[in-house]
Amino acid sequence: MVFTGLDFTAHAGRMLVLRGPNGAGKTSLLRLIAGLAEPAGGSLVFDQASLPLDTMLGEHVHFIAHHDAIKLHLSVAENLKFWAGFFGGGDVAGAMQAMNLTSLGEFQAQRLSAGQKRRLGLARLALIEKPVWLLDEPTVGLDAASQLLLAAMMIRHLDAGGIIIASTHIDLPVETSDVLDFANPRKQVS
Amino acid sequence: MTSAFSAIVARDFTLAIRQGGGIGTAIGFFLTVIVLLPLGLGPDQQLLQRIAPGALWIALLLSVLLSADRLYQTDHDDGSLEIMALSSTPLEIVVLAKASVHWLTSGLPLAIAAPVFGFLLNLDTALIAPLAMAMVTGSLALSLLASLGAAITVGLRQGGLLVSLLILPLYVPVMIFGVLASSGAQSGIDNSGTALMILMAIVLAALVVSPFASAAALRSFMR
Repeated sequence: MVFTGLDFTAHAGRMLVLRGPNGAGKTSLLRLIAGLAEPAGGSLVFDQASLPLDTMLGEHVHFIAHHDAIKLHLSVAENLKFWAGFFGGGDVAGAMQAMNLTSLGEFQAQRLSAGQKRRLGLARLALIEKPVWLLDEPTVGLDAASQLLLAAMMIRHLDAGGIIIASTHIDLPVETSDVLDFANPRKQVS
Repeated sequence: MTSAFSAIVARDFTLAIRQGGGIGTAIGFFLTVIVLLPLGLGPDQQLLQRIAPGALWIALLLSVLLSADRLYQTDHDDGSLEIMALSSTPLEIVVLAKASVHWLTSGLPLAIAAPVFGFLLNLDTALIAPLAMAMVTGSLALSLLASLGAAITVGLRQGGLLVSLLILPLYVPVMIFGVLASSGAQSGIDNSGTALMILMAIVLAALVVSPFASAAALRSFMR
């Protein structure tokens, strides 16, 4: 058992920040919400309507995990074009602009630095609209300027009524956020 | 769904060409086996002609096996598979797309090259057309079955041996009917037409079973 007794609500237009030491279960919770893991018990309730536990929230979710899901032998633009094709539509130019990748468009992903690869992974968020963003340590490897780009993208998403659940160790400049502390799981701080 | 299918096919085909490993390795390995065989067996042209279809099929099978275990490996390792699972596109479509590319980059080029390499084994020229036909058909089944083995072992570091052990028994019927379909008349009786039809039946069965079984295996690994 990774964790028990978690009780939290994620609101439209607000970010829920998961806090806790390494191994507390932040990633497990995100995978569980995405439908990539199965809970031993408990329930997730969407929009007041309780769904069966094995319901895949999947297609309504952007999930940013530790891996960037990019192909090293494709260029930056080709990577995003693939995901746009896979999702059935998407704004490749806009996504590159959102994470300041436009000038790197023709570079093969294997020539990017770790931080640039991360930005390419995050650009998927701006590619196509999905209501729920699950972000697992999205700022790892990002410099200060890129963190601001990410924050700006997140604020745009929240303003449009989206939901973000993110685990992060640093404070992003996103004001409309609640905190779920795994060390004190019953108390959700606004 | 069709856009997801074509996106995966286009991406994996580009990757196969750019990384260079896929097609080149398969054909190189195939050629190596075919070149070494006559050297090992000696210059008995009658013997070579008799075993040529079987030898070509064995070489095809081993070459396809060579790339089988990596079918889902990179997508699993870099996280792409999880993102694909989190979409409205069923994993079954993803499996079909990836198996198609595997066929396009291993089975199909080999099936086209096999009759040419067959000259090294003194292949009967009358058998060139049936051999190519049987190999193009049979290699479809080989790729679909390879997908199954690769999906079952996707999370394992050293899955290569396990993939071979798992799918080799499934390859046996493909090879038996494949060789029969490419051997023409033997002792006066020509069963190659019947064998080709059974081979097609195997392909159809694999086409139905493999996507569902592979997708189920991939899902269970991600959970």
